Amino acid sequence: MKSWMNKGEHWIWFSASAVSVSVVLVFGLLAMIAYKGLLHFWPHNVYDYQVMHSNGQIEQVIGELHDTKLKLVEDASNIEIVHEVPEYLIKTGNRDIYGIDFKWINSRDIDETQVKLADGITVVERYQWGNVYGHLESLKVNGEVIATGEAVKEVLQDLAEQGTALHEEILHIEKVVIGGINYQIERLRLEQKKLEAEGEYDAQTEAEFEAKRTAFNQEFVEHQTAIQQLYDQANSLGEVTLGIAGGQKITVKIKQVVRFWQPNNMSLIAKVGFFFGSIGNFLTEDPREANTEGGVFPAIVGTVTMVLLMTILVTPMGVLAAIYMSEYAKDGPVLRLVRISINNLAGVPSIVFGIFGLGFFVYILGGSIDDLFYGYAAPSPVFGTPGLLWASLTMALLTLPVVIVSTQEGLSRIPRSLREGGLALGATKFETIMRIVLPMATPAIMTGLILAIARAAGEVAPLMLVGVVKLAPTLPVDFNAPFIHLENKFMHLGFHIYDVGFQSPNVEASQPLVYATSLLLVVIIVSLNLGAIMIRNRLRERYKSLGN
Amino acid sequence: MEKKIEQKLDKVLKGPAFERRIRIRNFKDHFARYSISFGGISVIAAVLLIMFFLVYVVAPLFTSATVEKFSTFKTPGSAQDETLYYGIDEYKDSAVRFTQSGQLLGFSLKDGRVSNEQELPLNGEEITSFSLVDEAKNILAFGLSDGALLIAQYGYEVTYPNDVKTITPKIKYPFGEEPLELGSSAIEKLALRLNDESLVVAYQETQSSQISVKSFTVEASFLDDSLMLSEEGEATFEQQVDVEYLLLDGSMRNLYLVSKEGVADYYDLSDIESPELIQHVQFLSEGDAISTIRFLLGDYSLMIGSEQGVVYQWFPVRNKDNVFQLEKIREFKVSDNPVTMIAIEHARKGFATIDQAGQFDLFHSTSERHLDSFEVDKKGLSFVAIMPRANGVLLETKSGQLINYNVENEYADVSFKSLWGKVWYEGYEEPNYIWQSSSASSDFEPKMSMMPLTFGTIKAAIYSMLFAVPIAILAAVYTAFFMDAKTRQWIKPSVELIEALPTVILGFLAGLWLAPMMEANLSGFFAILIVVPIGILLFGFSWSKLPKSIRLLVPEGKRTLLMIPVVFLLGYFAMSMDKPLENTFFNGDMRHWLTYSAGIDFDQRNAMVIGFAMGFALIPTIFSVAEDAIYNVPRYLINGSLALGASSWQTMVGVVLPTASPGIFSAIMLGFGRGVGETMIVLMASGNTPLMELNIFEGMRTLSANLAVEMAEAEVYSSHYRVLFLSGLALFVFTFFFNTLAEIVRERMRRKYSSL
Repeated sequence: MKSWMNKGEHWIWFSASAVSVSVVLVFGLLAMIAYKGLLHFWPHNVYDYQVMHSNGQIEQVIGELHDTKLKLVEDASNIEIVHEVPEYLIKTGNRDIYGIDFKWINSRDIDETQVKLADGITVVERYQWGNVYGHLESLKVNGEVIATGEAVKEVLQDLAEQGTALHEEILHIEKVVIGGINYQIERLRLEQKKLEAEGEYDAQTEAEFEAKRTAFNQEFVEHQTAIQQLYDQANSLGEVTLGIAGGQKITVKIKQVVRFWQPNNMSLIAKVGFFFGSIGNFLTEDPREANTEGGVFPAIVGTVTMVLLMTILVTPMGVLAAIYMSEYAKDGPVLRLVRISINNLAGVPSIVFGIFGLGFFVYILGGSIDDLFYGYAAPSPVFGTPGLLWASLTMALLTLPVVIVSTQEGLSRIPRSLREGGLALGATKFETIMRIVLPMATPAIMTGLILAIARAAGEVAPLMLVGVVKLAPTLPVDFNAPFIHLENKFMHLGFHIYDVGFQSPNVEASQPLVYATSLLLVVIIVSLNLGAIMIRNRLRERYKSLGN
Repeated sequence: MEKKIEQKLDKVLKGPAFERRIRIRNFKDHFARYSISFGGISVIAAVLLIMFFLVYVVAPLFTSATVEKFSTFKTPGSAQDETLYYGIDEYKDSAVRFTQSGQLLGFSLKDGRVSNEQELPLNGEEITSFSLVDEAKNILAFGLSDGALLIAQYGYEVTYPNDVKTITPKIKYPFGEEPLELGSSAIEKLALRLNDESLVVAYQETQSSQISVKSFTVEASFLDDSLMLSEEGEATFEQQVDVEYLLLDGSMRNLYLVSKEGVADYYDLSDIESPELIQHVQFLSEGDAISTIRFLLGDYSLMIGSEQGVVYQWFPVRNKDNVFQLEKIREFKVSDNPVTMIAIEHARKGFATIDQAGQFDLFHSTSERHLDSFEVDKKGLSFVAIMPRANGVLLETKSGQLINYNVENEYADVSFKSLWGKVWYEGYEEPNYIWQSSSASSDFEPKMSMMPLTFGTIKAAIYSMLFAVPIAILAAVYTAFFMDAKTRQWIKPSVELIEALPTVILGFLAGLWLAPMMEANLSGFFAILIVVPIGILLFGFSWSKLPKSIRLLVPEGKRTLLMIPVVFLLGYFAMSMDKPLENTFFNGDMRHWLTYSAGIDFDQRNAMVIGFAMGFALIPTIFSVAEDAIYNVPRYLINGSLALGASSWQTMVGVVLPTASPGIFSAIMLGFGRGVGETMIVLMASGNTPLMELNIFEGMRTLSANLAVEMAEAEVYSSHYRVLFLSGLALFVFTFFFNTLAEIVRERMRRKYSSL
């Protein structure tokens, strides 16, 4: 062994293992996020536990097994000695009855052999109060029992679909139509304030404004009645009664039902179908119950809007600066210094960009814009408060070094001979750059942009200061002119993870959702990065042949 | 035919159209040159602006106060009548002067015009003593010559006669205009404190050597908003010092009897019936005497002005035996003349002094800053008052003038010493580094020491470097030097993929998954650190003993693949040893054992979690740069070494590493820079308590996480806001420095390689 070690063989093994450790960690992490994230969408089996309490009473607990933990129990004789007892975390749902969704069960209190799948159990997902776990008993419409027992399922299926359709219609009218009218009324109010401030609000304009306002109110009332009708319809869909663990009954209005399923009776194919359906819902629905349930649609829209806006801002800035530095600026110590500074800026903590964005963009730039153009809206700030524009600008600044550096790299890889060829044929420098150099550098610019997008999509710390909120009342893009609202606050996938994971009142309930959101974010970012790597590799091949 | 072409060419290449085209093209070229240069330079300037902006926000912190004369006028009322107190309204519009003769004069601060005049309801008696009860609520107390006590509260009434905002001072008597009978003869010394529930008063009657204390409960009347007092307890005791000053602190429990020479008795009034002497102390050095004394904001610290021109700050400090004792905290040198009066700010721990020679000085106690000093009037000053918002001072000269100053002094509470040095805060047992920037209480002393945050930042960075550096460097060595090209092609991007993972996800996993798991399987994690290296060693050695045919199945360049399952299994094995280990060594659970048997504090979100999670995030940064450096070592150096008979590892250590060491150094620097600035992981997994403990089982708060937590709530342009920007600047400078260092080292190395 000594000679083996003298040769340094063990170090080679150690170093090889260090690589293995990194690889195991990366893929282990990705696998765990994928597993835990996807698990959220799978219809879990529901079990029936008979819990024996210390007073001899037996309690029935029905729910999904979520987690197992070892609980420490201090020894009766010596508190320095402890024993570990497994505990199960059961999602029992029925929050309106039990008060909480989750229950810890001590393994000492149950007979493991007695645990069985709860037969014929139905899980009902509701718009409020979370899931219901119970057995379908009866279905009433207008006070009349329409179906009982087995037959309920079919009827409920039908009614629940109607309910969902109504729900979507109501949502559409409330958010898009009425939201639009409210937006117009608010604009009218601000315009009036503006005219008043300028002293041009005379009797004639007042009459005009009044007329417009009446028209809007009229429209508003019409839609309000339409909605009321829809609500009545939804209310008349009836209600379903389920028997839950402990012998109690729970009645759920059908308009409250998002969907329902019977996990223990589902075939594998049905489960797979349900799985993909859940993923679809997750991507397209609004969050519910303080973000702990439902989907992440607004967060996706917010992230995408912010990133696109950032790309629009960063591309010209980065490319311009890179062209200047590599084509026009005189090489020398100053340029070297600038180059090093820009390189280093990529290493400056993102939170520093965040405070810069808050201090400079929001308070100074935004404050001055408000003073100049939106004085009539005072004291409520328009641009002098964190919002989409400032977030995008901050992110653009944050990712600027990435774009500059990669564009420069692309420009410097283009053989000198091509430029000289262009110039020799009589093209001006600008023409050479535009027609020969830039097109060839496009893949490099693209790589830089993709990396910038990936970074911006995953960055949270600076956004917390310049415009991200946990729940934005409206999307930053909608159907009201000017369609994109730069001053709005928005939601962001990364911040969603932080917020739901750490600030939510019901941590146990929200964890699966956080894993699912993480998975979504990881998928987006990893695919962006893989795209960048592929483009870079192709680019290298291309110039290898050009260089020869 | 040919001629035709020639003619056409001629037409295109000569003539005005051609000239014009050339001109346009040249113009375009020039235009592009200038606009690109302009655009490029402005983008670069914008980027560099960040640093200047940070400095621009931080700079006002270290500027001195500016004091400007605003108005001067004759003292309202009689100049001979001694001033007891000046009450000033918040907007610096008007003031009230209370005089010894019981006169109340409301006047404008702009021109000194007297707006109203009133008399205190003294019933023919004289004011013999005066006590400032509560400056925030404008409550004053007067001891009268017949042994009675009058409590008055003044305020301001804002009216708009003829649309002009007029502020008139108003006075009311919360306990009625009828003075409260305390004793039978004139009250010589008086100290009084009042809160919503009770009132405590300490006094000395003339010709008496005894001090009396009385406490009352305060009840609101059912009929109107006046208050009623009912006596609760009292005591009278013989004094041991020749009392010149009688002081009762804000807690209503500590009573100080102070003599002219600076001898003080400190009584505890917890039980009002039997005051207990707990300390006899000498405030001043031999030969000095007290010229003025008062409480600082919060009524806790005593500010003692001496004849020799020094202000001493004393406050009670809990000692080892759990007894409060007065201690000297700090001193401020004013001048060589006696300090005649001290005035305090109403929202901060700042104060102003005047001395016998007519000099005015402005200080801040916590930050120990001497903000301004100038001579006002050679004939001397008789009164000084600071405006409620600390944006002005009012000075009364002995020659009967009132002088108004505007003061700009926003950032007095921050100094280099208060940011980086130990500060003895009120109520603390010793000077310490503390970060606690806000509190609900209005007389709160902000504690803004950057030390705990800097310490936390470095602690987090170092613990994660302990994890990241060995793995990243060893992995880089193998990937660059031993690994075959094909494996390297996918291994390198996979490791670098970590860099792309959003840190918010790593933070979430660290805080909500890793931290609880680590707490439950603590010994398993420690077992990993021992089992995995030993296991690798044994595995490697036994591999070398295997028959050649098996050994050759995995060439040296693919050992990583072989080790992936091995490492995984070793890790799994180590984790499964958790239970037996904990049962054998730690009475069943290591975390429990740490707290109860070893006495080590344990937080669930601690430095070890940070070490693993952030260390993981730092691996790609270090790996990538170090790998590049090793990979670029010229091939012929390696071949030479191998040809001379060195083993591959010997070549590695003897030739490659020395050549690549600058690159590896810069890799470590870059990793450290990134670790210092990382925000989300520490925010979510460190617990965010600003501690200064090296203990691996305790958390920390870093500069970056602190910014994320407090920035959004900091009031714009307050000291807190600017101090937060200062920590941002510190982060910026720190990372910029390390990155530049790394960059320069790398640049040098590149040049060296190209010459080799």
